[in-house]
Amino acid sequence: MRYMIILKATSQPATPPATELMEAIAKLGEEATRAGVMLDNAGLAPSAQGARVELVGGKVSVTDGPFAEAKELVSYALYQVRSKEEAVEWTSRFLKVHRDHWAGWEGEADVLRVFGPEDFAAPE
Amino acid sequence: MTISDPRRAIEAVWRIESARIIAGLARMVHDVGLAEELAQDALVIALEQWPTSGVPDNPGAWLMLTAKHRAIDLLRRRTRYEQKLEVVGRDMEIRQESAEAELDDALDDHIGDDVLRLLFTACHPALSTEGRLALTLRLLGGLTTGEIARAFLVPEPTVGQRIHRAKRTLADKRVRIEMPAPAELADRLSSVLEVVYLIFNEGYSATAGDDWMRPSLCEEALRLGRVLAALMPEEAEVHGLVALMEIQASRIRTRTGPGGEPVLLLDQDRRLWDRLLIRRGLDALERVEALGTFGPYGLQAAIAACHARALSAEDTDWERMAALYRVLAHVAPSPVVELNRAVAVGMAYGPARGLEIVDGLVEERALRDYPQLPAVRGDLLEKLGRLDEAREDFERAAALTRNERERTLFLARATGTPHQR
Repeated sequence: MRYMIILKATSQPATPPATELMEAIAKLGEEATRAGVMLDNAGLAPSAQGARVELVGGKVSVTDGPFAEAKELVSYALYQVRSKEEAVEWTSRFLKVHRDHWAGWEGEADVLRVFGPEDFAAPE
Repeated sequence: MTISDPRRAIEAVWRIESARIIAGLARMVHDVGLAEELAQDALVIALEQWPTSGVPDNPGAWLMLTAKHRAIDLLRRRTRYEQKLEVVGRDMEIRQESAEAELDDALDDHIGDDVLRLLFTACHPALSTEGRLALTLRLLGGLTTGEIARAFLVPEPTVGQRIHRAKRTLADKRVRIEMPAPAELADRLSSVLEVVYLIFNEGYSATAGDDWMRPSLCEEALRLGRVLAALMPEEAEVHGLVALMEIQASRIRTRTGPGGEPVLLLDQDRRLWDRLLIRRGLDALERVEALGTFGPYGLQAAIAACHARALSAEDTDWERMAALYRVLAHVAPSPVVELNRAVAVGMAYGPARGLEIVDGLVEERALRDYPQLPAVRGDLLEKLGRLDEAREDFERAAALTRNERERTLFLARATGTPHQR
């Protein structure tokens, strides 16, 4: 099963993240890669550098960032694991690393299952 | 809001951590079976305590420490009776004191080495192939006996026996849990790679309606391959096998049609191939190229990549593929490889050239009952306009195959249903 984990920040401290956080994130990523479960991951630039394309009432419109939401998307990761709980465990570790190395930071991560071949299997 | 079931959360932690815990314990107690029992003890304690006490902040480290304490207790008890173990016991005491400090270093170097040693032990040539498969999935994959049984379509007690026998063989033959000597490494590694690829192919051969555990073997094999690639980055064939599996897995969704019938590679809807797995496969292949040696897995991956790189069947670089098959036939000669070469040559240089190679294989004993031989020959004859001969070959292929859906496909071609390509 493949899961996409999307991390959002709800409260960012004024202080920049310590190098220890970057090191701990890199270490956890390495651990997940060594465990053979991390397929892909990347950090996301602030929405100020992005845009939003919308379809409303048959009209496609484009708005430049930043977006008004309080939550900024921070990063995504794709895991291949054997259960939702396994994806949740890796995600919890990721959030604990933030807790341990960046006081005041708060956020949330959505753990979403990605459709795979099993969802398109022929009916028998 | 609902909180996930603690039992399932514990199982997830177990899946993530069990190989490392068992591997670490095996180094302490020098016995794979005992290491697994001790690790299981820790799991049982977790299942008793966590639902009430809550899941610890670092559940992996908790399991590891609990299991280590069990091992230390056991070794101490032995030490009382066996003087010669005193040194080990003292060693254990020192380790226990430093165990807390070790927690943060759960990733330290020797853990990877422990896992690697455990994998080489589980794939030891002293064991039967079945034993190797079951023990690898059990110790390195954290699968239960029941899950392995469902995946291989055999009764659970059979798998239990295979695992039991494999552990006893390791103990009886006093197989040391260690990396093979440099002189043996190549042979021992190919035994490991063979086990991983057998697991993959078992999953790949799953058909519609099978228990979901079967296709999930592909994911498990890929995971093992990726673990191995991280632990032995200098081994070209490890990356070759990973590349091969990633690229093959990218087509899992398209290789069967809506009715469960097989869809030939060239007829598959390439837009549905898994681009992420293809990219990972091509990346792994680049690592093989960087290391500069192509073994049988690396070559098969390079061949699979010819399909993966082509956005449509017409874009396939058949000349390159024919050349790669030639090298593969040299490195790992086999009539099946030769037959596949005939297909590539037929596509690259015309059906007559392909037919020459196939006709050289007709006498091959190993292919006597192989349905793909007449199927390939029929296809080449059809392209040459020799339709009567083609029909005979397709009928022969239909008679030989044991796969019902394949038979339907061959019979359709025998009756002259025009083949789209």
